[in-house]
Amino acid sequence: MNSLLETRNLRKSFGALVATDGVDFDVREGETHAVIGPNGAGKTTFIKQISGELQPDAGEVRFSGEDITALPAPRRSRKGLARSFQITSIYREFSALDNVALAVQAQEPHSFRFWRPAREDLALTGPANRILEEIGLDKRKDILAANLSHGEQRQLEIAMALATRPRLLLLDEPMAGMGTEESQRMIALLAALKGQKTIVLVEHDMDAVFSLADRISVLVYGRIIATGAPQEIRANPEVRAAYLGEDT
Amino acid sequence: MNLVLITEQTLNGLQLGVMLFLMAAGLTLVFGIMNLVNLAHGALYMVGAYLTTYFFQATGSYVLAVVLGLAGTLAVGVVTELIALRTLYERDHLDQVLATFGLILIFNELIAILWGRAALYSSIPEYLSGHVQLTETLRYPLYRLTIIGIGLSVAVLLWYVVTRTRIGMLIRAGASNRTMVAALGVNIRLLYTIVFGFGAALAGLAGLLSGPIYAVQPGMGELILIQVFVVIVIGGIGSIRGAFAGALIVGMVDTLGRAFLKPMLATVISPTAADLAGPAIASMLIYLLMAGVLAFRPAGLFPAAR
Amino acid sequence: MTRRDWALVILLGLLAAVPPLAALLHEPFYLDLLRRVMIFAIAAVSLNLILGYGGLVSFGHAAYLGIGAYAVGILAHYGIHNGWLQWGLAIGVSALVALAIGAISVRTSGIYFIMITLAFTQMLYYLGISMAEYGGDDGMRVPVRSQFSGLIDLNDGTAFYYLVLAILAASIYLVHRVVHSRFGRVLQAARSNEARTRAIGFSPYPYRLTAFVISGAMCGIAGALLVNHTAYLTPEFMNWTRSGELMFMVILGGIATSSGPLLGAAALLLLEDVLQGWSLLPREAVRDHWQLYLGVILLLVVLFAKRGLAGLLPGKNE
Repeated sequence: MNSLLETRNLRKSFGALVATDGVDFDVREGETHAVIGPNGAGKTTFIKQISGELQPDAGEVRFSGEDITALPAPRRSRKGLARSFQITSIYREFSALDNVALAVQAQEPHSFRFWRPAREDLALTGPANRILEEIGLDKRKDILAANLSHGEQRQLEIAMALATRPRLLLLDEPMAGMGTEESQRMIALLAALKGQKTIVLVEHDMDAVFSLADRISVLVYGRIIATGAPQEIRANPEVRAAYLGEDT
Repeated sequence: MNLVLITEQTLNGLQLGVMLFLMAAGLTLVFGIMNLVNLAHGALYMVGAYLTTYFFQATGSYVLAVVLGLAGTLAVGVVTELIALRTLYERDHLDQVLATFGLILIFNELIAILWGRAALYSSIPEYLSGHVQLTETLRYPLYRLTIIGIGLSVAVLLWYVVTRTRIGMLIRAGASNRTMVAALGVNIRLLYTIVFGFGAALAGLAGLLSGPIYAVQPGMGELILIQVFVVIVIGGIGSIRGAFAGALIVGMVDTLGRAFLKPMLATVISPTAADLAGPAIASMLIYLLMAGVLAFRPAGLFPAAR
Repeated sequence: MTRRDWALVILLGLLAAVPPLAALLHEPFYLDLLRRVMIFAIAAVSLNLILGYGGLVSFGHAAYLGIGAYAVGILAHYGIHNGWLQWGLAIGVSALVALAIGAISVRTSGIYFIMITLAFTQMLYYLGISMAEYGGDDGMRVPVRSQFSGLIDLNDGTAFYYLVLAILAASIYLVHRVVHSRFGRVLQAARSNEARTRAIGFSPYPYRLTAFVISGAMCGIAGALLVNHTAYLTPEFMNWTRSGELMFMVILGGIATSSGPLLGAAALLLLEDVLQGWSLLPREAVRDHWQLYLGVILLLVVLFAKRGLAGLLPGKNE
């Protein structure tokens, strides 16, 4: 069984609102698995239960065969589960380099070092520089994150996720708010990552989804109504009715 | 230690509890809905006490004094909100703490300028003074019973308003999700001012009730404010039910602790040691209680549902 | 070193020049005043670590001034005047209490954290008042200063002054190293964006708690210095309004800057001094109400002057 990530019968309600309604989901090692669905379907809630930001009411989350349901977010991150946020969540007051360096630093067993300036720490800046180069942000590394363009900030999010040397990337709408050119660049970036990393991609941008995904799961009102290869999903009548029909 | 004493102290605890509730109810709503740390809440308590004392002396009519005192406190509260606090809603907690801290200094000194620093004598009207014979052996001050009565009535009234009226629904919604309420097209600024004014009136009420019992002097608000904070932390921010439960618990624990801890300790350790430790521990009791509650329920006992 | 750092060095240099100048001008008052400023600056530096850099709005910092002072005072009360023991106890107890309070409070955030730290400080304040043995709410005199036999005589005003200056400089430097280290990075990251910090794999709690303890211990030293300076102690050292003043020093000076705490302490204490003695104010009665003016100034500063005094110095923010 080479499922890297699995959820079994995941349930989450907010009062009377059922956000996640018994979701069984699995991601195979090395695949790019997209999750699509109309707004309000509960995609972000679902992602949060995988990353550890939310605790499910019932059900399990398993990573690499291990039950991680009770683990808090930082522990899951250290096991190799990285997340990028739908609404850009970076360190605005730090430079791009420092942002990534922090993500690199997070992989150390601990950060109880009080004396040496982190800025001069090659163990941190070396890997950070390399990742920025891969992403294409190396020319902008000393710019304050708040001053980067929106697209660059989204790229920074990916860079930080990569810096944690993850086995699985949870990307929550990486394309959000991007213009066409920026989207193309992001798609190219993700295409380069395909195969190297296992990716769970939540997206609305159908170009991206159909060009990148090995498998697609469709989440509607907290339930997965279909899972399969892109062509199957495109042809699925239920899916067309629930979602693709409304596609922009 | 006898039954009469215990009953008496329990009633005292209840009385302190309802007064804490009056203060806590307004403040917890302001915390929960407007996300505003307002240290100057105690100042409104003080204003209520001073205004009512002054008007009672000036007019001789207690009822008139209460009305004027409440109205005055409400006015002061609303004006403060409009002038100084509105800009703070968007600022971070540190700024709110410091700004309202500045307000405390201002209020305390203004009161001192108007009425001096010495404690003011605040009298109880004729018809509320005296004692009530509760049982054969127990007499209890009528005034304190009145406070308990008023406090409980306000609690019932609040419960009714919050659960049964439209504005109550808005308040509950605002306590769980501020942005949603704004998105619904409700005039958020007006709602905030109403909530704040409401809290100010309650604080003023607590202040005027407390006048004859506790000292009326500059700085009186801060003494009770910290207890109110403990109440809110124990009860849960944004929750009136939590404020009520927390207030009664704190009122009881503090009063009964101060009254009975020393004699209770004296049965287990030496009287001299109890003499030293008793008052010390009694004064720390509610904080230790708070620590205890937080260890098991970091969000308080009845946090506003999110 | 940046221009900001040079400005700080110059400030410290100016402070070093005060004793000879004061002696020259026969104005020992300034020695006293500035020593007091520096002691509070040390407390403000310690608060800046958790408040300015860590984003923890701790309303209970005055507690450690009190603990440090009482540690020294209580030992002195029983005839123990050894400075090493006294100050060691001051640091140790402050650290322990910070650990205890921090363990509970640092788990919380926002409004809860503010109120909890405030409540715990009040608890210590009431504890101080109830300890009749050590003066209760009147406090007690501590006439004998801490002894560091042979090394330094604290009764020598100038020597004491330079000791305080040295400790101040050391504290500023220590905090500077800490905030720029890996540890400091995590602390600042948690303040900047907590969700992101958890997402990359940090749990902020142990880092914040550690900073809280370091900060408390440092403030404990300030407390030990303070009681030596004033020669008496009262529970008022721990009054929550004192905590408010410390927070003001930090924000007035400019949070998360090296020079901020010193500038803020100087500004606030000198301001209070000026307001209390200002003979330009028309009536005695009005002068007695200097706190009114202080309150107004504080309110205006918070509402309108966000970056504090350090923002006026040339150079970019850290």
